[in-house]
Amino acid sequence: MAVRELVENSLDAAESHRIPPDVYVRLSYEGEASKDTQIYKLRVEDNGIGVPPRHIPSAFGQILFGSKYKLKQQRGTFGLGGKMAILYGQITTHQPANIISSTGISKTYMYKLMIDIQRNRPLIIDRKVLINKEMWRGTIVEFTLEGDYFRAMPKILDYFKQTAMVNPYANLTFVDPKGRLYKFIRITKEMPPPPKETLPHPYGVDVELLQRLIQITPYKNMSEFLRFHFHRVGEITARKFLGFSNISPSKNPKKLSHEEIVRLMHMLKRYKEFLPPDASCLSPLGEDLLKAGILKELKPEFVAVHQRKPATYAGHPFIIEVGIAYGGEIPAKNVFLVYRFANRIPLLYDEANDVSLRVITAMNWRRYKVAPDMPVAILVHICSTKVPYKTVGKEFIADRPEVRREIANGLREVARQIQHFMSKREHVDKERRRLGVFSKYLPKIAQFSTKLAGKEKLPDVEKLLASVKKYGEEEA
Amino acid sequence: MEKKKHKSSMMERRKEVLTGLSNLGYKIYDQMDKGSFPSIDMPSRSTDNIMYDKLLRQFILGDRRVRRSARNIRHVKPFTQLVWAALFSNELSSQRKTSTLRDVYYSAQAYEMTFKDQQESNNIVTDLETILGFSREDFSIFPEERSAVFGDLTVEYTVPGYEGKTLDLTSHPDGVLIGPALTSSEFVRTSADKVIAIEKGGLFTRFVEENVHKKYNSILVLTAGQAPRATRHFIRRLNEELNLPVFVFTDGDPWGMHIAMVIISGSANAAHLRELNTPDAKWSGVWATDIVNYKLPTDPLDEVDMKRLYELMKDPRYKDPLWRREIKTFMKIKKKAEQEAFSRYGLTYIVDEYLPAKLEETK
Repeated sequence: MAVRELVENSLDAAESHRIPPDVYVRLSYEGEASKDTQIYKLRVEDNGIGVPPRHIPSAFGQILFGSKYKLKQQRGTFGLGGKMAILYGQITTHQPANIISSTGISKTYMYKLMIDIQRNRPLIIDRKVLINKEMWRGTIVEFTLEGDYFRAMPKILDYFKQTAMVNPYANLTFVDPKGRLYKFIRITKEMPPPPKETLPHPYGVDVELLQRLIQITPYKNMSEFLRFHFHRVGEITARKFLGFSNISPSKNPKKLSHEEIVRLMHMLKRYKEFLPPDASCLSPLGEDLLKAGILKELKPEFVAVHQRKPATYAGHPFIIEVGIAYGGEIPAKNVFLVYRFANRIPLLYDEANDVSLRVITAMNWRRYKVAPDMPVAILVHICSTKVPYKTVGKEFIADRPEVRREIANGLREVARQIQHFMSKREHVDKERRRLGVFSKYLPKIAQFSTKLAGKEKLPDVEKLLASVKKYGEEEA
Repeated sequence: MEKKKHKSSMMERRKEVLTGLSNLGYKIYDQMDKGSFPSIDMPSRSTDNIMYDKLLRQFILGDRRVRRSARNIRHVKPFTQLVWAALFSNELSSQRKTSTLRDVYYSAQAYEMTFKDQQESNNIVTDLETILGFSREDFSIFPEERSAVFGDLTVEYTVPGYEGKTLDLTSHPDGVLIGPALTSSEFVRTSADKVIAIEKGGLFTRFVEENVHKKYNSILVLTAGQAPRATRHFIRRLNEELNLPVFVFTDGDPWGMHIAMVIISGSANAAHLRELNTPDAKWSGVWATDIVNYKLPTDPLDEVDMKRLYELMKDPRYKDPLWRREIKTFMKIKKKAEQEAFSRYGLTYIVDEYLPAKLEETK
């Protein structure tokens, strides 16, 4: 899954500056590693904002722990994925990673790096500065790693296809070890508005976050601490809350004992009058882009999409987007094809445990004239500052009642649309069959009766057929 | 020996059939030519439109009629099949060829007129019968034959290649198959004064061996179970054209009884047709009372047999005291006996003793 972490970093790097991403991924075979695994060289190239030269070593060669005090929707959660991938490569192959990056200035910087695992520091093996005549901007990461491509291939290809589905403004190129080229071309340069950073909402805090905030806060009293570090907390709210929880507004947050911090967290969650978080920190794809992505990658006969209004669970805002597609190039299996996404990344594993699957299974699809043996694909996208993953593996969404309700409502909406489509289609089919029956048999009746009556000239059936057509349309 | 020559109306009848078929064609052609969807009216064959006519002593169809219209999506296919079947019959009749229901089913495929199954094509043929009022044998579609006739009757063939040829129906000891050729033949002469119809092949052979046709001056007809329509029509012709009384011998059980009844009063399935039944024919045995009187070896009546008896009790054809008495006796003794049961008194007992007694009793 190294591919995936790097691709997601690349997409974020471009998107954050509203650049339609171009991501090129090449995996090439380097040699045998063991009986079941091989060494591959992975190269990921993007047209993102680039990394300033002085940040390159630490950005790729040092593993940083969470240091964020503001929230916005992002693909990865801690920005660790890319580094972990490089670390994995280093552990399995003992080779340095090459990083080439430019922010679009006249120079390009190339670093050959290893990570000093003991001290968690970058080791610079080599550094070059190249002239960047074309003013190229972007980042290239290249390193070797061990793996089994042929086992992972289906998932990797799924990953690209699904990523392309929810990033219709991105060009994705993948060259696999056999030299096969997979290209996912953008169909639009429209991009969803980027998310704004927001403060954490009081309902969503945990003890760890409170402790970090207390450490860095410049504010000397609880009232200001609450007002300036939390979303939707103003002066009046802060005062009311402190009254409610019996904490002196003038208390220095740095003086809170561990027990008091735990109590503060519980009180924050218990207080009913905080306004719900607003959703400006979220960046859903939007109905048009979602539709475009589905049309592009699934090539269905029909598609319906729907975006729900923002909702919250435990102080975290989220938006559900759903889509349903029918026919075209969608294969008919005995189950619906389900595509799950969180913050625009595909979720590829543990489908059966996902809340979306539960909602889909619980729905009465027959009501909507849809059956599992039809070529139907269902897409569920959740955007949130904190995606409610069930496990650390981050592969499926937990069954939270708020999330479940939003997914169910969203699916009902698109299901109604597909029902409408199905009814219309049924009708058209019926008409076509009807006309087919008449145009098959009326000429035969004419032929047989002509012969039976001993006549020469066939009676004209065209008029009768035309009237059948008209009659059918009147019914419609 | 009395000689009879009865000119039947076989030729006339064929002409009528051909006229009926082409009239049907004209009617449909005309409707289409005028720019309207063709339709055909015919009596409804649904069970609530089938009633028993006491005067005709057979089932008939009531006044309710149905319309088959090519306008109706559900009718257009059967309608086409019907017209095709009419055309097919027309060609058969005018070329003087015959075919079977099975042929109809397969021939249709050559016209891209596939029937779903044999039943569907049989239904279409029955529709055609209903519309024209002729039975399928009249338009040259025959069921598989298995019944036979033996006795002093000379017939003259009308089928192509045999026109004018005559045959004495005693010429083959296994009997002569009642097929298309015999059905369409004219009766020339007979010395017989009665017809004996027999349900089972074994007994028919015994009767031939024992010279029943001579001893009792009779024509023997093997119905081979439930008599096919062609055979029922043939028996009626023997009765009507030659004025021969008809006696029916069946097994002594509710099913045998009904074989006789269908020969006499016809079946509900053929309610749209006439001249298949022989109202004056007699059921001569084996009766339930015979089982008692002759102390025949028996089998017990099973559940299905009993159920059948209750059905027959309600059947309007079983109104006569004789039938009711026999049904009640069967119900009382709960036993049945086959015709072969008489063999317990020796192989010829049935011919020497039982037969003359019953012929006398049911005269």
